[in-house]
Amino acid sequence: MDLDFSVVIEYFPRLLTGMWTTIELVILSIVLGAIVALPLALARISKNRWISSLPFAYIFFFRGTPLLVQIFLVYYGASQFEAVRESFLWPVLREPFWCAIIAFTLNTSAYTAEIFRGAIQAIPEGEVEACKVVGMTKTQMYRRVLLPRAFGIVLPAYGNEIILMLKASALASTITLLDLTGMARTIIARTYTPIEIFVAAGVIYLAISMVVIYIFRLVEKRQNRYLGSLSIKVPDKG
Amino acid sequence: MLDLHGFGDQLLLGAWVTIQLALCSLVVGLVLGLLGASAKLSNIRPLQWIANLYTTVIRGIPELLTVLIIYFGATSVLMSIASLFGYDEYIEIGPFAAGVTALGLTFGAYATEVFRGALQAIPRGQHEAAIVLGMGARRKFFRIILPQVWRVALPGIGNLFLVLLKDTALVSVVGLEDIMRKANVAVGNTKEPFLFYMVAAFMYLGLTVVSMVVVSYLEKRASRGLVRG
Repeated sequence: MDLDFSVVIEYFPRLLTGMWTTIELVILSIVLGAIVALPLALARISKNRWISSLPFAYIFFFRGTPLLVQIFLVYYGASQFEAVRESFLWPVLREPFWCAIIAFTLNTSAYTAEIFRGAIQAIPEGEVEACKVVGMTKTQMYRRVLLPRAFGIVLPAYGNEIILMLKASALASTITLLDLTGMARTIIARTYTPIEIFVAAGVIYLAISMVVIYIFRLVEKRQNRYLGSLSIKVPDKG
Repeated sequence: MLDLHGFGDQLLLGAWVTIQLALCSLVVGLVLGLLGASAKLSNIRPLQWIANLYTTVIRGIPELLTVLIIYFGATSVLMSIASLFGYDEYIEIGPFAAGVTALGLTFGAYATEVFRGALQAIPRGQHEAAIVLGMGARRKFFRIILPQVWRVALPGIGNLFLVLLKDTALVSVVGLEDIMRKANVAVGNTKEPFLFYMVAAFMYLGLTVVSMVVVSYLEKRASRGLVRG
């Protein structure tokens, strides 16, 4: 087997262009996904069945089906309807980039909503009671205590979700987008060096995940700094 | 009723391929996961390095990329290995074998962490009791440790299987005739993408629900020896 890694150097700038598309896709979907996820999570924990069943179905559908199906549903599926093709949404739904963003946002919001719900429910009952005792309204309680607390609890799982999103973004290449994977595939179609180029793309993905992990460690430390060092000091026996 | 234009049978055939792919990858992944966890917990440094490299790399790159690397790369790797043994014919691996390899490797990397946690959760006393009873290393592992690891690891492994089930759709990209591919063909013929991708989505959803039921049954079965307080 003869590997020729000089093609990697030759095509590296194009791989980097693909990398920027990947990063754009991930950041946009993560931000939009979080915006959709918050009301979903709040509705999901509602004790009213009518309010909680809709987010339940939404989350169940998007977590239970492959992302590939979801992308194809948005990109190819939407065009089946005359009404969609004639609507003002068509200029958006015609673009693979926005279709990928829509599919990723819907998908990640379902996962993120479950993470948010877990975090909100993980807050000890005593803190909710304390809020009520000091006479906070429901909005105040959420804004001042529950949501900031949930943010600290959510961080590790949320970091994982971003890495999963990064990896899932490779699926954008199946609807002709030139993200990192898509770019790698076009280069390979020209050079016939699959191993070299795919390995190079893999290394770039690894590097991005490392950066994400590092950033989250810093944020986690800052957000949870009130917890102090976790080591328990045992007083000396006098 | 839904009019599938006669593609219903094809989709069911695709579902069967998806199920086979998922189960084969599960077996490969479970073996790799147990090996990986044992390597990480062993005292032999090089084994630990290999296991750490394996889990870091596989968990850090997209599953689609793994599938593509295996499908397009395995042929040349296999041929160069074969030529070392004097075999120079052309070898090609099909999408199914590539899919099982790629998904098995992915599942194995995540399962390594699950099994590692489970192995560490087995109290030391269990090991000691087995040794005191005069069991050899292999018998201790299969009779005492593994059944308990299985119980602790099942919820995690169950989740990983649900992820695996959805990842099988990726193998359609390299031409495996699974649900996804059959749906693509149906769409090409009928120009009804929404209908067929929606049907595909609900087939995956159905498989997910069945898996969840099986996992919860297995969980109950695995912990039947536990006394609930």
